[in-house]
Amino acid sequence: MAEITTLREAVAKLIGDGDYVACEGFTHLIPFAAGHEIIRQEKRNLALVRMTPDIIHDQMIGMGCARELTFSWGGNPGVGSLHRFRDAVERGWPAPLKLYERSHADLANAYAAGASGLPFAVMRGYVGNDLPKHNPQIKTLICPFTGETLAAVPSVRPDVAVIHAQKADRKGNVLIYGIVGVQKEAVLAAKRSIVTVEEIVASLDAPRNATILPNWVVSAVCCVPRGARPSYAEGYYGRDNKFYSDWDEIARERETFLAWMTRHVMSTTDFADYERSLSAVQPKQVSHG
Amino acid sequence: MAEPTYTADEMMTIAASRLLQNRMVCFVGIGLPSAASNLARLTHAPEIVLIYESGTIGTKPDVLPLSIGDGELSATADTVVSVPEMFRYWLQGGRIDIGFLGAAQIDRFANINTTVIGPYDKPKVRLPGAGGAPEIAGSAGEVFIVLRQTARAFVEKLDFITSVGHLDGGDARKRAGLPGKGPSAVITDLGILKPHSTTRELELVSLHPGVTKEQAIGATGWKLNVAARLEATPPPTKIELETLRALHARTARAHGSAAA
Repeated sequence: MAEITTLREAVAKLIGDGDYVACEGFTHLIPFAAGHEIIRQEKRNLALVRMTPDIIHDQMIGMGCARELTFSWGGNPGVGSLHRFRDAVERGWPAPLKLYERSHADLANAYAAGASGLPFAVMRGYVGNDLPKHNPQIKTLICPFTGETLAAVPSVRPDVAVIHAQKADRKGNVLIYGIVGVQKEAVLAAKRSIVTVEEIVASLDAPRNATILPNWVVSAVCCVPRGARPSYAEGYYGRDNKFYSDWDEIARERETFLAWMTRHVMSTTDFADYERSLSAVQPKQVSHG
Repeated sequence: MAEPTYTADEMMTIAASRLLQNRMVCFVGIGLPSAASNLARLTHAPEIVLIYESGTIGTKPDVLPLSIGDGELSATADTVVSVPEMFRYWLQGGRIDIGFLGAAQIDRFANINTTVIGPYDKPKVRLPGAGGAPEIAGSAGEVFIVLRQTARAFVEKLDFITSVGHLDGGDARKRAGLPGKGPSAVITDLGILKPHSTTRELELVSLHPGVTKEQAIGATGWKLNVAARLEATPPPTKIELETLRALHARTARAHGSAAA
């Protein structure tokens, strides 16, 4: 049953060193505040999984939280490379990062299989593709009904799923809308889950077929307004595109990255404090979107 | 009347947009494919169905998205589905006419690389990776690819096969059991390439205005075949150019920078 708690307590209680952790969000609703709290609490040796690792994963990897990453597209969308991710892969700084690279269709199916309690997913894919040569997890099987060769991939069943959503009610039922990505599947596939929300309301007032995570499948709900920024939350705020382009320069060198993370994440107490720290150095940007 | 002046990139996007027909269902990659698809929607193909892998179906963005899941795509879509549903029901389910992709490297059979330049374990350039492209390339009815033509991008041998085209040519795709027909056109800033009817090797079928055959051959890392009847791409019309430029201008205003 979902406990409504602070993000600090939820991360301390639910994420342990060495855990298999899915922080998901497909451009939209990326759980930045939760990622920062993982960094602040100096979680170590995490096996991370994310379809589209971007800045928050660059930060977790660069701050030494991760030992491995399962992913299907890694980059700073519309900007370029993730410099901390590349430094870890190419030069082992601050720690070597083992990669398990897959495709979107694979990981989407693998989350759905995890949510379904299955050990693997079956899909049509990877024919002629070089990824299986580098990722031994990707295998094939023969369909027992048609004889067709299909790809078989291990399901994703994390210890903890971490997502951001628009709102929860006071009982901890969660409503998520807009581009919902794989977040419902990630929560259902995981043993434990943390959901940060924009607000906690008396009633969700959602249409019958809305995407709702009932409180009995969520471990913790934490109210963190703007907790997806610089990503966006439909109905609340637009994507901070400038932050994404600024990140390229901040993360390019180890020294500038560490200085930025120390000042804005490690030296702040929570996400609101981080926002204050950031606004002290950056004039407020007009947000579009 | 003087013909309007335009850039090679504008010609590429416009030539690509012309291949899309009204009411087609098109699974769109970010960047150049997205610009061409939206130009088609704003000109000759108003009822084209644009789908992005973030789950947005029938989306009609007023400005080009910077990222695959921008709010603009969600807000203007007919419906938004989850990512597993997108790949399972809509792509693997066989509901896509055209997969429209970009690439970092391409070979003579239109296999593409978006993973690494150099060896996988010691890459010279680490690219973002597969994303949705491998299964789009496999399962879409047919595939269009748009990228700038240079000898570094059009290579004799790919460093990594991320998404398959016609494999090693001939009927290799069919023998491999891939459901879609594979790439049927590659649109560049120099011209248009299409696979030969039997060998499936790409050949130059159209040159954009002002581009020579020698230029296209020089910008290709393999010995490029030229079709017996080489066509000339009609230059951009006034409407095409104005619509594309207005789209880029709206995008730049909304994002504070130019998008591809």
